[in-house]
Amino acid sequence: MFKKFAITTALALTMSAGAYAETPRQGGTIRFTAPYGSSFANLDIHTSNRAQDEIWAKAIHRSLYNWDANANKPVLELAKDVTVSGDGLVHTFKLRDDAYFHNGRKMTADDVIWSYTRLMDGSKAYPGARYVRLIKGAVDVEKGQAKEISGLKKIDDHTIEMTLTERVDPGFSFYPAMTSIYPADEATKDSFATKPIGLGPYKFVEYVPGSRLVAERWEKFYKPGKPHADRVTVSIMGEASARDVAFRNQEIDTSILGPTQYVAYKADPELSKGLLEVPEVYTRVMGMNPSFKPFADKRVRQAINYAIDADLIIKRLVKDKAYRATSWLPISSPAYDKDMKPYPYDPEKAKKLLAEAGYPDGFEFEWTATSNESWGIPIVEAVIPMLEKVGIKVKIKPVEGTVLSEVARSGNYQAFIWSNTSGPDPLTSLKCFHSATPQSACNYTQFKNAGFDKLLDEAAATDDQAKKIDNLKKANAILREEVPMWWFNYNKAVMAYQPWVKGLQPNATELAIQNYEDMWVDASSPAAK
Amino acid sequence: MLSFIVRRLLQTLPIIMAVAALIFVMFSVIPGTFASSMSDDGRSVLDAEVMARMNKEFGLEDPVYVRFGKYAAQLASLDLGTSFRTRQPVASVIAERLWPTAQLAFASMLFAIVVGVPLGFIAAMRPGSWVDTVSMVGAVSGLSLPKFWLGLMLMYLFALVLGWLPSFGYGGGNPRYLILPSIALGVAPLALLARTTRAAVLDIMHADFVRTARSKGMSESKVVRWHLTRNALVIILTTIGLQFGTVIGQAVVIEKLFSWPGLGSLLVDSVTLRDIPVVQGTILVIVLLFLLINILVDALCAIIDPRIKYT
Repeated sequence: MFKKFAITTALALTMSAGAYAETPRQGGTIRFTAPYGSSFANLDIHTSNRAQDEIWAKAIHRSLYNWDANANKPVLELAKDVTVSGDGLVHTFKLRDDAYFHNGRKMTADDVIWSYTRLMDGSKAYPGARYVRLIKGAVDVEKGQAKEISGLKKIDDHTIEMTLTERVDPGFSFYPAMTSIYPADEATKDSFATKPIGLGPYKFVEYVPGSRLVAERWEKFYKPGKPHADRVTVSIMGEASARDVAFRNQEIDTSILGPTQYVAYKADPELSKGLLEVPEVYTRVMGMNPSFKPFADKRVRQAINYAIDADLIIKRLVKDKAYRATSWLPISSPAYDKDMKPYPYDPEKAKKLLAEAGYPDGFEFEWTATSNESWGIPIVEAVIPMLEKVGIKVKIKPVEGTVLSEVARSGNYQAFIWSNTSGPDPLTSLKCFHSATPQSACNYTQFKNAGFDKLLDEAAATDDQAKKIDNLKKANAILREEVPMWWFNYNKAVMAYQPWVKGLQPNATELAIQNYEDMWVDASSPAAK
Repeated sequence: MLSFIVRRLLQTLPIIMAVAALIFVMFSVIPGTFASSMSDDGRSVLDAEVMARMNKEFGLEDPVYVRFGKYAAQLASLDLGTSFRTRQPVASVIAERLWPTAQLAFASMLFAIVVGVPLGFIAAMRPGSWVDTVSMVGAVSGLSLPKFWLGLMLMYLFALVLGWLPSFGYGGGNPRYLILPSIALGVAPLALLARTTRAAVLDIMHADFVRTARSKGMSESKVVRWHLTRNALVIILTTIGLQFGTVIGQAVVIEKLFSWPGLGSLLVDSVTLRDIPVVQGTILVIVLLFLLINILVDALCAIIDPRIKYT
């Protein structure tokens, strides 16, 4: 497993490094696609946390941090330097003095403070509030008890002091596009919602709702020589088959592939040369509700993990576009334990465990699932005969994605199957299983384990990175043992790219989100001019 | 005629009100909210506090009757509300999608009329001939073809194999981008128009007044022009009217497939994301368009056929 990951990552990095080995060509258009179904929410990225929206936002906006796909960690973006106090709570950022908004105005500390204060407007319910809440005094603003975030202080025009409420790396909170820095005055105007102004490598040109967004090179972008391409177009293409035709017809430069297309592209001698495969931070699981009596017993949950031949399903149905899961943390997580083994397929052991738990004849449960081909009803249908072998019967409850998230949060289920983000920060991700985390947040299976809590609390408190990682690995091992979920797989994201596209990054947080300034197209692109 | 149009317009009011109430009830009982849709991709965890604030901001925490009261009051003042998703007035969200949908609907109906009506005429003039057989087999096939599949096949043939046309997108209104989606959308009404025209012409061909005209020595071209065409046109126009409305409704699939920025894709996105004000507004606009087109068709029928009297 780890070998497979290492090879994939090495290939991705080699490809990425290979691209940089060539001299980037200036000019042309990057024709990108936003593959996740719906149209963009709107052009105010503060209002959306969806990956689909972050795809366009990455061209126009920038946040305090950015995700470095090659290093697999957040790095400073709008700040040149940060110093951290001894207690790890006060971060002093030296902001860039060469970052200009698309209206030509230089970014200052006021813009950062204004943007974070806006996100905490309690009457607006901005999704990014969950990140800014990390700053001392932000909650007071959200509750309307203060107008300014007390933990944010402007030292001078390009220096800002941020006091946090806990010792964590703020990079994980302040890299998503939903925490983008806006120009303080301009963003209050009505026109901002239709003509966004940002600090990104491309400035907004046109948006045709439901169809595409066009942006052109921002000449005053702060990274010398970047961006390389003159324009970026992001076409909204939710239909995989339509994307397939457009990609083969060379109308688009990239396409995110599903399992069926992955097989077809791998088999094609030409198309197979342009595949970027990345183990993303998504874990596909079946959550088991402990309020449903059989699932309250650990032996039953373990029996389910033994009774399902996950490898077979990954091979036959998911077409190897996934990695077998061992526990919650994915392969690309820094706290992933490469020596951890997945539950083997062992129906006899499953039967034994069920008998010990008082269910020798099995039981029946309702499994809530969407129609998703990789983690929905098709998978459940493949699992049903496996569970029947050990006496467990399944009734499928089909729902939409929107309903599934509500069902998981409310606990109104016996079992559900979903794909959840399990990174990039292992501590944040594992906190979803901390007993203090409510079900309505992300502790969907109401997991409670004192030993797990202690390991996590210690990991959060320590400065010793090795100890932190060790604790997180141990906590992840507890999850494997306690199995609040059936550990199914980790997503292998696959992007097909045209031979003229260079500089793609193996972004494990979401492959469809790219730093466009690092990309370029060579002269063979149909949109090279 | 004017009083007829005014009366018909007034008649649309209770229909619109009934549709509005029906949509409200439907989206009040189905599970899922805009806030829950924000994390349906499993990528971002939206905390409960933000979700509660969102529900409050959008008035979703109010009892159903309060929400209905607000909704009815808004409608009465011709206000469609504010989109949860874009945070813009629904009317402006719909307005920017109306023209692409109108382009697609007109183009597909133009294709259907230009091909379907002559095909039906030719088939009727030579019943039982190979032309009749082939065109009617084609018509039945056209009615049976799933639009999604047909759209994909058109993309494959005309974009990928022949390289004549772009496979997707709006192209800033460039007509080349309109061809494939309008054919994909226009095939079903084409088939129906061809069959309806054939049936209508065949029926009229055996009518007494046609036989009388022929026995009086009227030339065949004059019979076709004065009697067959004018009489068949009433039925054809009625079908066109009905199909026009249907095409707008059925554009949902085609717009998503071709990344066409019209009302159909807006509706699908809004349902998926539970942007209820936009769903309600879009459906109301589609229903209103359907009703208006049919009033127009009724008026045209009365002009073409003086025997039709609207009282």
